[in-house]
Amino acid sequence: MKVKARGADFVELDYTPMIDMTFQLIAFFMILINFSDAETDQRVQLPSSTLAKPPDARMDTPITIQMIRDGKLIMNAQLLPDVNALRPFLKAEQYDLQTKNRSAKDATIIIRAHKDAKTGLVQQIIKVCQEIGFEKFTLRAKSEVGY
Amino acid sequence: MALQIKKRGLPDKIPIDMTPMIDIVFQLLTFFCMTLRVSAAEGDFNIKMPLAAPRAGLPDPNQLPPIKVRMRADSNGRLTDLALNDRLFNGPDRWRQLHNHIASLVGEGSLAASAEVELDCDFGLRYEHVIEAITAVSGTVGPDGQIIKLVEKIKFAPPRGE
Repeated sequence: MKVKARGADFVELDYTPMIDMTFQLIAFFMILINFSDAETDQRVQLPSSTLAKPPDARMDTPITIQMIRDGKLIMNAQLLPDVNALRPFLKAEQYDLQTKNRSAKDATIIIRAHKDAKTGLVQQIIKVCQEIGFEKFTLRAKSEVGY
Repeated sequence: MALQIKKRGLPDKIPIDMTPMIDIVFQLLTFFCMTLRVSAAEGDFNIKMPLAAPRAGLPDPNQLPPIKVRMRADSNGRLTDLALNDRLFNGPDRWRQLHNHIASLVGEGSLAASAEVELDCDFGLRYEHVIEAITAVSGTVGPDGQIIKLVEKIKFAPPRGE
């Protein structure tokens, strides 16, 4: 005797909740993505401070110099062996500012140094920048909650 | 006799192939998941640095001399001595002691606004201690979470030899 199977031959799935959820996740990640992280490097572990709060306004012309633990520097995504190797990069930045009718005095040098880096090397960065003509400096630290 | 005419044209339900859309959506999701980097918020401390050339003329008589904070390090870069004008601060709460001492020196108001701290550090001192010192002299976080500022002008002494 031939028995006919019950139910439909083709089960149609409702994709709507899955697509809703997936689009919400994509929207969440798109909002969260931070392109300014391109200026950061995982090799630099910043020292933390309770007073380090994110700035209210965006800096006008920031130039970021990073120092890793062994004293090597990172500028414009290039690893530099020492402070003297910074000079051509800083002069290029200075020239770039001049083409925009601005000077090195208008720019702010952001120093992101590893917490175990030598303070003397950080001071050498500042000294080299001063020799080129930069005057404004800011030391970056990680925000820490509590005192 | 009634004649039943069947409607021609589109069927009641048009099946849409969702596969390409779901493919691309999941690829996007994977991309964002893999590129996401959870990073802590960062903040800045502004540093006033002395110019390379000394200023001409007499110093401003209303300008207070800088409060000199001396930090000495051992061979590993750890802070061994923290001193302010020959007064040493020791123990785990040395930063709190330094903060309280500076607060007692400059107080609040115009004196605090014009006061300046000069950090004189050994070459090999770990940079984290500099940030600790800057935090101690810059202010503190009040009970309501607001920052109570102390000294805003901070600079480094000329670098010491290695």
